[in-house]
Amino acid sequence: MSIIETSPEGQDVDHTIEMMIKPARHPGRWVATAFVALLAAMLLHTLISNPRFEWSVVGQYFTSQTILLGVRRTMELTAIAMVSGVSLGVMLAVMRLSPNPILSSASWLFVWFFRGSPLLVQLLFWYNLSALFPDITLGIPFVGPDFVALDANALITPYLAALLGLGLNEAAYSAEIIRAGIISIDHGQTEAAQSIGMSRGRLLRRVVLPQAMRVILPPLGNDTINMLKMSALVSIIAVPELLFAAQTIYTRTFETIPLLLVAVLWYLIVVSVLSVIQYYIERHFARGGSRSLPLTPLQSLRRFFGPWPRDGAIKPDQKRSAP
Amino acid sequence: MTLQATLPSAPPPAARIMMQATGVRKSFGALEVLKGINLSLPYGEVMCLLGQSGSGKSTFLRCINHLERIDFGRIRVDGELIGYKDRGGYLQEMHEHDIARQRIHIGMVFQHFNLFPHMTVLQNLMEGPVGVKREDREDVRERAHGILRRVGLSEKVNAYPRQLSGGQQQRVAIARALAMRPKLILFDEPTSALDPELVSDVLDVMRDLAESGMTMIVVTHEIAFAREVADRVVFMAGGEIVEQGRPADVLGNPSHPQTQAFLAKVL
Repeated sequence: MSIIETSPEGQDVDHTIEMMIKPARHPGRWVATAFVALLAAMLLHTLISNPRFEWSVVGQYFTSQTILLGVRRTMELTAIAMVSGVSLGVMLAVMRLSPNPILSSASWLFVWFFRGSPLLVQLLFWYNLSALFPDITLGIPFVGPDFVALDANALITPYLAALLGLGLNEAAYSAEIIRAGIISIDHGQTEAAQSIGMSRGRLLRRVVLPQAMRVILPPLGNDTINMLKMSALVSIIAVPELLFAAQTIYTRTFETIPLLLVAVLWYLIVVSVLSVIQYYIERHFARGGSRSLPLTPLQSLRRFFGPWPRDGAIKPDQKRSAP
Repeated sequence: MTLQATLPSAPPPAARIMMQATGVRKSFGALEVLKGINLSLPYGEVMCLLGQSGSGKSTFLRCINHLERIDFGRIRVDGELIGYKDRGGYLQEMHEHDIARQRIHIGMVFQHFNLFPHMTVLQNLMEGPVGVKREDREDVRERAHGILRRVGLSEKVNAYPRQLSGGQQQRVAIARALAMRPKLILFDEPTSALDPELVSDVLDVMRDLAESGMTMIVVTHEIAFAREVADRVVFMAGGEIVEQGRPADVLGNPSHPQTQAFLAKVL
C-alpha cells in the first residue's frame, strides 16, 4: 500500500500526516544499562562490606602530616619538572625546525636518547651520577682553570636527581608535541608577520605559539597528568613524595591497602583539579578559533535546564567583554 | 577626509622612483621562474601585473619584500637595496633583523588574507605599529580606528577574523598594511579567494587608496580594475615581461600575441 494515494477529487492524500511520532526503541541499551548497574552495585557492595579496605584507617591517615607533605612534594616535583621540561622542549622544537643541520640533529639526538630509554633507568642513572663523575667542575674546557669544583655526591641529592630525570624526560616528549603544534600553523601566518617587519623571536612568541597552543595543550595536559603519576617512580630513589610517604607509614604499621588507597585518592583529587585547569586554559586559547567559544560546564548546564529553545547560541559579544 | 590623512604627507617629486628592479632572476631548483625582470615604478603610481598562473608575477612580487630570495639582479625600494648589503665588491645577504627593518616600509596584502586569527581586528592592526615599530599605543589605536572607519569596518573593531566575511577580512588585511604607514603596498591577487559579490568592496578600498596617492603594485586578474586604476600595466609570461605600458595601450591594443591570447581568454 502506498502512503500517498490520490483521492477521488484528484488530490494527493498523505495518510501518515495525522499519526503520532514516537522515538526509536533501543532494547540493547536497556540490557547494557542493567549490566553496568549490576557491576556498579557489586563494586559498591564490596567497597562497603569488605572490612579489609579499612576505611577508618584511610580516614585517619588521609590528612596526616606525612601524607600532606608527600602530596605537596609530588605537586612540587610535577610543577618544576613540567615548567623546566616544557621550556627546554620549546627550545628543542625550535632547534629541530632550524635550517642548521647541527642544531636540528642535536635536538633529534636528545629526543632519541631521553624518549628512548626508560625513565626508571634514567632516574637511577642520575641518582648514581657520582659514580661516573665524582667531581663536577665549572671552568674552561680541556685547558683552563676550574672556577668551581663540587663533590657530585653532595650536589646530586635524590631530589635533584628526580628533577633531572623527570624534567629531561618531559623535555623530550614535549619537544615533539610543540614541534607538531608549530608545523600545524599555516605558513601564510609567518609571511604575514614577516611582512609587517616581525623578527623571528617575536613571530614565534606572538603569532605561531599562541595559535599552536590549540594543538599543543591537549597532549601537554595529558603529559602533566602522566607526570604527576610518573613522579611516584622517584620513590625508588627515596624522594619523600606521596607514594614514598604512604610506604614509610605502612612499612611501620603494615596497613598496606588503606595507605595505598590514601595515595590513590590523593592522586585522583589532584588529577581532577588539573583537568579542570586544563579545560579553562584550552578555552582561553580557543579565542578566534571558531565563531564562538565552547561553553563552560556551568553555561552548558544552565542551557540544558534553561528555557526552550536551547539551540540559540550565545552571542559572541556577550562572551568577549574585553577586547 | 580621504585615506591621505593616514598616510605620510608631502607628496614626493614626481620623478622619484619608488621601486626599481634590474635583471632580477630567480629559480626554484632547475625551474627558472624569473628570467631577468627590469621594471621601475615612480612614487604614487599604481602598477598592475597581469599574466597566466605560473608566469612568475606573484614570485616577482614576493621578491620585492624579500619573502623570496633573488638569485641575480637588484631590487631597490625608495633607493634602498632590498635584502643585500653592498660590502664593497660583493653583496652579502642581510641579517634577518635588517630585512625585517626594510619590510616595515613595504606593506603586503595576501590572496588568503593571512590575518592573525587569535587577535581581534584592532589587535591585528596594532601588532605591527606597537609591537614592531614601538609607536605609542594610544596614537596607534586612534589611527587604527580611523583606518577601519575608512575601509567601512568601524563596527568590527573587536571582532575576530573568523567572524568576518572574506571581503571584510581582506579589507582588514589592507587596513593592517596601512596601519604600518608603508611607502609601498604589494597586493598578491587580493580578490582571487573572494566570492564574486564581495570583490567590489575590496576593489573600492583599493581604488580609494590609489586615488589618495599610495604607491601600489597589484598582481591581479581583474582586468577592469587594471584598466581603470593602474597607471601602468605589465604583462608577464614564462618569467619574462612580454609587454608593458599604459593600460589603454596594453589592454586596448595589445601588440604581443601572448597578451592578445591572454586577454581574449579573460575578457
